Amino acid sequence: MPGLRIEGLCISIGDRDVVRAVDLHVAPGACAGLAGGSGSGKSLTALASLGLLPRPARVRAGRILLDGGETVAPDRDRTARVRGSGIAMIFQSPRAALNPVLRVGHQVERVLRRKGRRGDLRQRCVELLGTVGLLEPDQAARLYPHELSGGMCQRVLIAMGIASEPRILIADEPTTALDVTVQADILDLLDDLRARTGMGMLLISHDMSVVAERCESISVMRQGAIVEAGTTRAVIDSPRHPFTAELVRDLTHPPGTGHEAGG
Amino acid sequence: MGVPDVSSGAGRPGSARLRSELKRYPSLAAGGFLAAVVVIVAIAGHIAPPHNPLAINPGHALEPPGPGHWFGTDQFGRDVFSRVLAGTGTDVVIGLVVAALAFAVGSAAGLVPGYLGGWIDDIVMRVADIVMSFPPFLLALSIAVVIGNTVGNVIIAVTIAYVPYIVRLTRGSVLTARGSDYVLGARAVGASTPRVMTLHVLPNAAGPSMVQATLMAGWAILDVSGLSFLGAGIQPPSPELGVQVAQGASYITSGQWWVSVFPGVAIILAVLAFNFLGDYADDKLRGQGG
Repeated sequence: MPGLRIEGLCISIGDRDVVRAVDLHVAPGACAGLAGGSGSGKSLTALASLGLLPRPARVRAGRILLDGGETVAPDRDRTARVRGSGIAMIFQSPRAALNPVLRVGHQVERVLRRKGRRGDLRQRCVELLGTVGLLEPDQAARLYPHELSGGMCQRVLIAMGIASEPRILIADEPTTALDVTVQADILDLLDDLRARTGMGMLLISHDMSVVAERCESISVMRQGAIVEAGTTRAVIDSPRHPFTAELVRDLTHPPGTGHEAGG
Repeated sequence: MGVPDVSSGAGRPGSARLRSELKRYPSLAAGGFLAAVVVIVAIAGHIAPPHNPLAINPGHALEPPGPGHWFGTDQFGRDVFSRVLAGTGTDVVIGLVVAALAFAVGSAAGLVPGYLGGWIDDIVMRVADIVMSFPPFLLALSIAVVIGNTVGNVIIAVTIAYVPYIVRLTRGSVLTARGSDYVLGARAVGASTPRVMTLHVLPNAAGPSMVQATLMAGWAILDVSGLSFLGAGIQPPSPELGVQVAQGASYITSGQWWVSVFPGVAIILAVLAFNFLGDYADDKLRGQGG
């Protein structure tokens, strides 16, 4: 089974299950959406796929398979090997996710070097920065994160994410910290990269409109469990769970009138 | 997405930047000036001392400061000025070596337990606690007495007493950096643990311990000259400021103040230089706001 498949994932902190029996599938080249309020376990699910759960949290049960092979706990070595080239992830706060003391070009080059590329690292890095839509990429490569805007930082992060040519890219709230016009640009960019490279994408957002607009399938998470899953059309047109119905109802309102899905 | 015009002084010529920096931070001006004086003095004493700092001349013992001997001569007729120059060099070099060693060892010993946690963290931090439970000077004194007082051993003794402070500080900053988004981000795109530690955590966690190490260079000068004053540090006849203060101490009451006072003032200036520089580094670090 190609792509990323999560089966019956349970994550617990102490004795409490914070993520319960989550099933997800991201096919190569497809975009799967994961929607839900803050604290619903979306990010933990994503981090578990990378073997990067923060310390007290652990995978209690379930499997996470990448292209048919099991990637996650208890086999930490395997997860570490798959990180980057198999699954990569980009985060919510673009500026905080870049190392403040290194030039952004250097950070992208580091990922390229890890991939085993030699030689024209600099050129390849500039190419990548151009691919993600930075104008004057050769100049931008020499800047530090604090010298870039939030949108530019997010583009650099995306460049780092795709530099290792992952088969699956997890985007955790990639546009939440950005203003609306930049949001659309970034999401267009992600769509475009997905189409070009054939990587699968898991788009995580508290914002149903973002997920509904970009994804072919949607899973809705609430309090650690998936309450509804299906194709975007099915979920939007006929939501079965009241929580989903609420999120979808908010969608039909114009923006700014009681949009309460977020956190 | 154009590249923004970068503010904060990039592009201005270096001299203008230095001047505005000096105006903003008086501690840089004071520390820089003193450090320059101290370094020039030390170099001058090494390459062209007016007299051989070790040459004994009993016929001219305890001469007061004058045209031939600017700082006078000591009880063996040696030129105090030349000895202060040479002694400053000795102490500054030892101070810098101690600070560099303490920083290097302390950073490594704070980075690993801070990042990995668990039993290695417990062990390293308990050892640091034990070492820190002794006053640093007393600890350095005991170590120097036990292992014997060569220059190398004095450096080791003082470094051991200082390392735990750097370990503590580094570990604290490492704990902060470890939980940052850029560390998670680097790991999420495949960075290995050693790489994350050295490339992402350490450079972002080294600030406070660099400030501490700058101040330590000053303390080390004080401690080394103190050890030498007590006879547990650098041994006479080597030119070293603490040794000279000790040798002149018995003559102060009989009026030959110059034997002790000039090396004493040199110690003060050298320590002040590093303190001011440390203050500047501290201001600079805080000013950045993370």
